[in-house]
Amino acid sequence: MRRAGWPLLIGVAVVVVGIAIASLRANPYLYFAGYVILQYIVIATAWNILGGYAGYVNFGTPAFFALGAYTAVFLIRSVKPPLPVLMLAGGLVAGLLGLGIGYLTLRLRGVFFSIATLALSVVLQTVMVNWEYVGGSRGLSVIRPSGPPFGNYVVFLFTIMVALAVFAVLVARFIERSWIGRGLSALRDNEEAAECMGVPTLRLKLFATTVSGFLLGLAGAPFPYYVTFIEPNSAFALDYAVNALAMPMIGGTTSWIGPVIGAVLLGSAQQLATVTISSELSLLIVGVVLVGFVVVAPEGILGLIRRLRGR
Amino acid sequence: MFSWDLLANAVVAGLLLGGFYAAVSLGIGLVFGLLDIANIAQPAFLVLGAYMSFVLNEVWGIDPIVTGVLLTPVFYLIGAVVYRVYYGSFERRGDEGLRGLVFFFGILFILEVSLSLKFGVDYRLVQAEYIGRSIEIAGVGIAFRYLIPCVMGIAMTATLYLFLSRTFYGRAIMAVSQDQGALRLMGANPVQIKTIAFGIGIAAASLAGALLITITPVVPSTDRDYIGRMFAITVLGGMGSIGGTLAAGVILGVIESLMATFFGPSWAPAVSFGILLLVLAVRPAGLFGR
Repeated sequence: MRRAGWPLLIGVAVVVVGIAIASLRANPYLYFAGYVILQYIVIATAWNILGGYAGYVNFGTPAFFALGAYTAVFLIRSVKPPLPVLMLAGGLVAGLLGLGIGYLTLRLRGVFFSIATLALSVVLQTVMVNWEYVGGSRGLSVIRPSGPPFGNYVVFLFTIMVALAVFAVLVARFIERSWIGRGLSALRDNEEAAECMGVPTLRLKLFATTVSGFLLGLAGAPFPYYVTFIEPNSAFALDYAVNALAMPMIGGTTSWIGPVIGAVLLGSAQQLATVTISSELSLLIVGVVLVGFVVVAPEGILGLIRRLRGR
Repeated sequence: MFSWDLLANAVVAGLLLGGFYAAVSLGIGLVFGLLDIANIAQPAFLVLGAYMSFVLNEVWGIDPIVTGVLLTPVFYLIGAVVYRVYYGSFERRGDEGLRGLVFFFGILFILEVSLSLKFGVDYRLVQAEYIGRSIEIAGVGIAFRYLIPCVMGIAMTATLYLFLSRTFYGRAIMAVSQDQGALRLMGANPVQIKTIAFGIGIAAASLAGALLITITPVVPSTDRDYIGRMFAITVLGGMGSIGGTLAAGVILGVIESLMATFFGPSWAPAVSFGILLLVLAVRPAGLFGR
């Protein structure tokens, strides 16, 4: 019991530090950039629950993320509930989509699953482009609610993201350490064999896709308030799909800390490159680093560390 | 809203588009359909081919399709190098599934971002004497910029079909897709054969890219529209069936054209992915599947 309590304590500590940073009133850009990196921690962790633990590569990350964002936009336009309700709704809708994707795995494995998720992203984007109520192809301005609980609104969103990142990492860590994680890695290595040994593969896959979708939707829901303008091309950007798989690949996919390492390194590198050089060049760096890592260090940074220790 | 004239025009436009779609999908049909290499980067090579045509057309006024043909050796070499890296890093270790997929996805992304760094995100088009012209038969207009890519697409399909069924290397490619071990016993090197097949697949993208920019202006992100089309056509056609690729291309072309005419062009991208999801869910073997 005491051992199990540690990660929670550390999580709470991180949130407290986050709030402390938020109350520092440092350069506002730092919060802006910090939000993006924290958002990537959530996205990479969520992707890794399905991609790293279960071995199903999801190229459709933007679909879940944007579904969370657009659920929020729909609610903002219709009833304007407070942010936690928006996030919960975004997470639930994206989680439902994840459940649907999970049933798809019954017939589609490997490459076909990945292409189908990519397909899903394009179909959803087309729907949003044609749906005028949430902005259509021209997009929609979103007005932030006045008077956040503390600080200014960006600082408030930053704090929310700190909590969300801690939550996502704790969920991933719990899954990894429990029988669910062992079952998932069994089906990743050999699905037929796992099924024969009595691992409930379908239920596990449905669990993984739903949780992964839920977390991605949670991460997407505050996005409209963060950018204050929602538009299909930015909400469904391919950057999310690439980053979502590049970050765990670079950090290491077998452990919860891998996506965090990848997201912090790659996320900060991108923010730096965007400011100092250009945003396109920062994306190019992501692509090159991704390809370099899968070719040279397929186990990611964690694998490199393990190899060094082994010697 | 509805008229027979409109329908006839839409169907003819779709048929013409279908021939072009076949040209676009041949490369992926060969590499993914026959050899099971999930080259998601193929659409990016297609757009690269389109931009090469644009550059040579802009600088020296060379006809885009001539450029497409002239550059096939260059694309073949690029393809051969990419396959060697892929083989050395993934296939030899038996690790091609997850990481191989990520590798190709990374290449797609690098190509797309590099093109937008170099050329920006403006639409680019080519000039050629025949692009503006069209003929009219019984009230149905046929634009040359669609007719020529369609004819080229059919010719490419026929060439690839003859190559695969009549030549030594073509038959070896078919053999690799069936039984690598047996091929090795016959004294052929599977890796070499696959390198050739992959090179041909990328070379086809050079020509198809030239056809693409003849039909419509191109931006670096055009590749995303073609991911769905290529894989939908390959799966619908039955994974590696060359004739099936042409048939599936025509089917997709006609459905897209009808959608664009009667519901508006903004729905067109969803058609291919819709078909793909449907085929994968209902009949994964495709229409002409093995």
